[in-house]
Amino acid sequence: MTGSPLLEVEDLRIDLDDGARRVAAAEGISFRIDGGETFGLVGESGCGKSITALALIGLLRPPLSIAGGVIRFQGQEIQHLSAARQRQLRGNRIAMIFQEPMTALNPVSPVGRQIAEMFVLHKGKSWREANQLAVEALASVRVPAPERRVKDYPHQLSGGMRQRVMIAIALACGPDLLIADEPTTALDVTVQAEIIELMRNLCAERGTAILMISHDLGLVANVCRRVAVMYAGRIVEERGSADIFRVPSHPYTQGLVDSLPRLGSRAALGRTRLKEIAGVVPAITRFPDGCRFNPRCAQATDICRTTAPQTDGLEAGGFVRCHHHA
Amino acid sequence: MKLRANLVIGGALFALAIVVGLLAPWLAHTDPVMDANLMNAEEPPSWTWWFGTDAQGRDIYSRVLYGARVSLTVGIVSQLINSVIGVALGLSAGYFGGWWDDVVNALTNLMLAIPSLIFALAIMAVLGPGLTSLLIALGLTNWSFTCRLARASALSLRSQGYVQAATVLGYGDIRIMITQLLPNMLGPIVVIGTLGMGSAVLSEAALSFLGLGVRPPFPSWGSMLSEAREQITTAPWLSIFPGLAIFLTVLGLNLLGDGLRDILDPQSRSRRT
Ligand SMILES: Nc1ncnc2c1ncn2[C@@H]1O[C@H](COP(=O)(O)OP(=O)(O)OP(=O)(O)O)[C@@H](O)[C@H]1O
Ligand code: SF4
Ligand SMILES: [Mg+2]
Repeated sequence: MTGSPLLEVEDLRIDLDDGARRVAAAEGISFRIDGGETFGLVGESGCGKSITALALIGLLRPPLSIAGGVIRFQGQEIQHLSAARQRQLRGNRIAMIFQEPMTALNPVSPVGRQIAEMFVLHKGKSWREANQLAVEALASVRVPAPERRVKDYPHQLSGGMRQRVMIAIALACGPDLLIADEPTTALDVTVQAEIIELMRNLCAERGTAILMISHDLGLVANVCRRVAVMYAGRIVEERGSADIFRVPSHPYTQGLVDSLPRLGSRAALGRTRLKEIAGVVPAITRFPDGCRFNPRCAQATDICRTTAPQTDGLEAGGFVRCHHHA
Repeated sequence: MKLRANLVIGGALFALAIVVGLLAPWLAHTDPVMDANLMNAEEPPSWTWWFGTDAQGRDIYSRVLYGARVSLTVGIVSQLINSVIGVALGLSAGYFGGWWDDVVNALTNLMLAIPSLIFALAIMAVLGPGLTSLLIALGLTNWSFTCRLARASALSLRSQGYVQAATVLGYGDIRIMITQLLPNMLGPIVVIGTLGMGSAVLSEAALSFLGLGVRPPFPSWGSMLSEAREQITTAPWLSIFPGLAIFLTVLGLNLLGDGLRDILDPQSRSRRT
């Protein structure tokens, strides 16, 4: 499965049109995910991670819309597919799980039925078969006593169990790509680790690629082979996870790495202080000219305030978008 | 747990009316239409004639039992029609929004502006009297509250996480409306429907009273009241018993509706869990 491109995003631009004016909420977004690969998208709140994910599955709704670029899935451009064709991809070939396991399940429907519905909807199974498959799906996400659990309603399950059910639903049809948008932020840390581990193992077994979205660089780098760091609607750096920790190139990535509490390795690298990046993310309508990070960047010079940096390929693979990168 | 008196009493009254209607052939003492006998005309209530007899000597007890059939059929069927129309229009309007929402809103406002009984009267005038006309007239004129409720619920449910999750999972619009929205708004819809049944029973009585309902001699509570009004002073039992039947049935439905609201209310539901 690994090797051939599964998802290719080229120069994607997402516009926000509030009636008065159009601004680019995200632009120049390019990345590629191979079959079975794990890819992370990291950045502070509001930088455009979720809207990028929504664009991929054709669910941007006004005031947001795709204003340019190409999204290719298994070699086929999907950004202009009809609504019906996009619906056939969603949940079937591209699945997504959300931030909020508490609200993502229908409160008045037994969880088994919600899993079974996927088989009926996308695989044309009868309800009988689908219910049977739902029990298996629930067993595969390590829910104990699945044949009894399928009858439970969401409120009878803990947050971790619900997120398992969400994963079972998402992986039910054997998708090629799983988009996980902050799948564990609502859970406590130990459960979080369990869920991530489960998701990673299941996807590895089945050759499902993961696009993992989070503000937590540590978490993403742990799960993903490659990471793209997003800032104010642009990808500023894309690297192998290991490299990004060892030699972060972009000043923003350096800031992110420095703000992570990683005691052992940090000490070894001579970084001992926990640093925060000063300042806040600019609002979408007030992106600064030039490099959007310039008001917060210690290395900023005049050119940074006037000219947006282009991507710069790195020798070790990946790229960085900075005039003065390391 | 607190005993919900309204639910129990309301449910019992409604169940009683249904049982009476279903078992009328076995519970009745005489045939409600055929067994006229001028020898026992206008007998007051007694051990033989529990509810008395009318001017043609027909047993009022038996006629009230059979009358339940008409009242309940009209109440239940016409309200079901109203609920289906109201939910279909309101749910789709709230979910899709846009021009369809505008159309449905305009229709709903129109329905609310005209008193439903007047509207039903007009339809009856066109269709002529009879049970089918009653069902159509009452079934087409009382869906505006259900529609409003369904629309408001759909609007608020639309942004729920599980509705968005369903979109992401590739559910189509119809599937989302049926599996994600409808079950989550059913509680209040059932409550409104139960209350609506009560008012349909009353409307049936009113239309039959005006001679537009089920044609005599087959009894309905409204037509019995209509026939009884001349003798209200001389033979008050002719009005009292059908009147009581209407009163208890409507009371029962209203109590039931209130009781259901108590247990189906989303807030009290989340308190229970
Ligand atoms: N429906 C919308 N209408 C208007 N603006 C929106 C809408 N959705 C997102 N935005 C804006 O687009 C930008 C990117 O939002 P997005 O949800 O992608 O951020 P994010 O990176 O996922 O953040 P978080 O970590 O908080 O989830 C934000 O500035 C947000 O305010
Ligand atoms: S381009 Fe300039 S402002 Fe932007 S990150 Fe690089 S150094 Fe800082
Ligand atoms: Mg987000």
